[in-house]
Amino acid sequence: MIAEAGHYALVLALGLALIQSTVPMLGARWHDAALMNVARSTALAQLLFALASFAALVTLHVTSDFSVVNVFENSHSLKPLIYKITGVWGNHEGSMLLWVSILALFGGLVAAFGNNLPLSLRAHVLAVQAWIASAFYLFILITSNPFLRIANPPIEGRDLNPVLQDIGLAVHPPMLYLGYVGFSISFSFAVAALIEGRIDAAWARWVRPWTLVAWIFLTLGIAMGSYWAYYELGWGGWWFWDPVENASLMPWLAGTALLHSAVVMEKRNALKVWTILLAILTFSLSLLGTFLVRSGVLTSVHAFATDPTRGVFILLILCTFIGGSLTLYAWRASALKQGGLFAPISREGALVLNNLFLTTACATVFIGTLYPLALEVLTGDKISVGAPFFNLTFAPLFVPLMIAVPFGPLLAWKRGDLLGAAQRLMAAGIAALIAFAVLWAWTRGGSALAPLAIGLAVFVIAGALCDLAERTGLFRAPVATAVRRARGLPRSTWGTAFAHAGVGVALIGIVCETTWNSEYIGSMKAGDVAKIAGYEVELDSLAQRQGPNFREMVAQFTVSLDGRRLSEMTPSKRNYPARGSSTTEAALLTRGVSQLYISLGDTADGTIAVRIYHKPLVLLIWFGPVLMAFGGMLSLSDRRLRVGAPKPARAPRGLQPAE
Amino acid sequence: MVGSSAVCAVQPDEIMADPVKEARARDLSRELRCMVCQNQSIDDSEAPLARDLRLLVRERIAAGDSDAQVIDFLVARYGEFVLLKPRFNPHTLMLWLLPPLALAGGGFALWIYGRRRSRSASAEDQSPAKLSADEQARLERLMAAEPSPDGPV
Repeated sequence: MIAEAGHYALVLALGLALIQSTVPMLGARWHDAALMNVARSTALAQLLFALASFAALVTLHVTSDFSVVNVFENSHSLKPLIYKITGVWGNHEGSMLLWVSILALFGGLVAAFGNNLPLSLRAHVLAVQAWIASAFYLFILITSNPFLRIANPPIEGRDLNPVLQDIGLAVHPPMLYLGYVGFSISFSFAVAALIEGRIDAAWARWVRPWTLVAWIFLTLGIAMGSYWAYYELGWGGWWFWDPVENASLMPWLAGTALLHSAVVMEKRNALKVWTILLAILTFSLSLLGTFLVRSGVLTSVHAFATDPTRGVFILLILCTFIGGSLTLYAWRASALKQGGLFAPISREGALVLNNLFLTTACATVFIGTLYPLALEVLTGDKISVGAPFFNLTFAPLFVPLMIAVPFGPLLAWKRGDLLGAAQRLMAAGIAALIAFAVLWAWTRGGSALAPLAIGLAVFVIAGALCDLAERTGLFRAPVATAVRRARGLPRSTWGTAFAHAGVGVALIGIVCETTWNSEYIGSMKAGDVAKIAGYEVELDSLAQRQGPNFREMVAQFTVSLDGRRLSEMTPSKRNYPARGSSTTEAALLTRGVSQLYISLGDTADGTIAVRIYHKPLVLLIWFGPVLMAFGGMLSLSDRRLRVGAPKPARAPRGLQPAE
Repeated sequence: MVGSSAVCAVQPDEIMADPVKEARARDLSRELRCMVCQNQSIDDSEAPLARDLRLLVRERIAAGDSDAQVIDFLVARYGEFVLLKPRFNPHTLMLWLLPPLALAGGGFALWIYGRRRSRSASAEDQSPAKLSADEQARLERLMAAEPSPDGPV
């Protein structure tokens, strides 16, 4: 009953989306306010039905209704409740349902809070949202229905892939989807602007916060996914240049570029055409990511050909939306008026430079990810493009970008003073040189590359601080004045500083982890001691234990430093009988921002293969993105964005007679 | 890739006695793909095939091969697919050239755009965007609703 209700709710959502796709467009055409307002009510109703459908699937999973294929294939009655809920999106059908629910959520938010948008713009935006929604509702209903029943319900489910039975699944996909799908709003705004043939200040004002929201979620989602892979997969890697990861990195890079070009558009009314294109590209890359991950084309071009319905359907959606929007762009973009002139050396110029490097970085990832596919389809040759390729092509692009980052906020709009900015960054430059010199002397004769990279990161962080010091007049004015000015600074300025510093922090983590990572690989038996980076790690015991839906082999280690006992670490290997598969549960010991990492290998008569890593400053890799997201949130809470367009003052209803 | 018999990447029994040679083996392993996995290097992979490849790399190094010889040996046996960093050849020409070309092309486009903008700057009129008929009507409504400052109070 619940399954059928959920299915029916989804069909109704599709019906509403179809109305929302057409009626408001006609209303805008005929200047009929009533028809345009249909967009608002259908968007809200559609959200209601999409959520109802999603809630139905959650209920089915929680109650372990194995008469539903999706539950049978991905759940188990003994699975802990949290994984029963997260298991809803731990599979293809459920994750697509989450995707459309979030899409409906964003549409609903625009409908609910879009009161100060021009009526026709809101109608167009919501109609475009509904086009996307309709396509994906159809996709789910035709090829990936999560509510299908089994004729003879089995007694027990097949359990969720054990790698996914982790708290990471509760956070990572919803965050990532909020990011991916959030960019649909900027896309809809861009397409609406092209349909209307004009963009004004209200447009830029609206697009930036939505892009920022999506970007914050995507940043956190990617960082979370990376940390999850780091502790779950058991070999301590945190980024693999895997096509699935690249699929999320591309919209992030394009979205970051969009965020910066939208600033220029909001403040200076320039780069309109480019911003529109970026908005289209960013969401197109999100769609591409969905296609790559969901069609199976990545595992092999042949896997794609054997079960083509889903892949072909998403490919069709992809071509329609990307092709359609780009055609519309080619046709209408020239109608948009360019405004706001600026010199090459200016805040705008710096942001354009940022866009150049970010989009090139994005293109590099795109080429590296899709080239092997294209080559195989065209010539039948199979090649691999992996981490070494990206390290060689992607990383160099970030060097000039990072050098330029601190200059951007210090340049004035329209026409900047590069020499002046450089003088104001003197302190940051000195800090960077000191960091480089100290590290180089310390590593003595080692490669200068890592100290240089860290010097660069220090430059970015110190540059962000310099900008703040400059604006508050710290060290020049009395402290009280500086504090007062700091309070008066717009939140978006603080946001910029935090986000830029976050980039530097992440870079320090990345460089330290990859350069000064140390590892121990060996067979150990109870009582053996391994020495790594000054720590002594002793294996105390090995034991078997029974979990709710798995058995595990737990090894207990004692970690000590200079003979002083610090802590215990208990990595394990789990075996899930329902799927006959196993996972490695690594143990982590956090010391400051560095970590000790132990993962287990095979056992053979009393000895066990052990890998122990010491990862210096590794947590900075994820602390950086958290800082960036925090900067984004600060910027989002800026007065300028909170207050919105001024509302018309209510006309006085007649004057009160004086007493 | 979670096999039913998970083996850890780089097993203790694989490690070579000579740390210099072992370091070379590890570096080479990072550039070689485990062909039954999704985009994993044999250094990271737990698959039995990756173990075979790791042992093969160490065997070749022990036999005195240079890094290039080891790579050639593996490519001869398993094809270009085994390399995570494709070699520069006619088929991968575009792969290696496109990223720098994208940067150069983007920079060039910006330069042209900047020149054209500065040239047409003087010609372009700086009048604000024109209002549509709807907006003109709305503006008039708003202005009518506003009590005029110099009117009688």
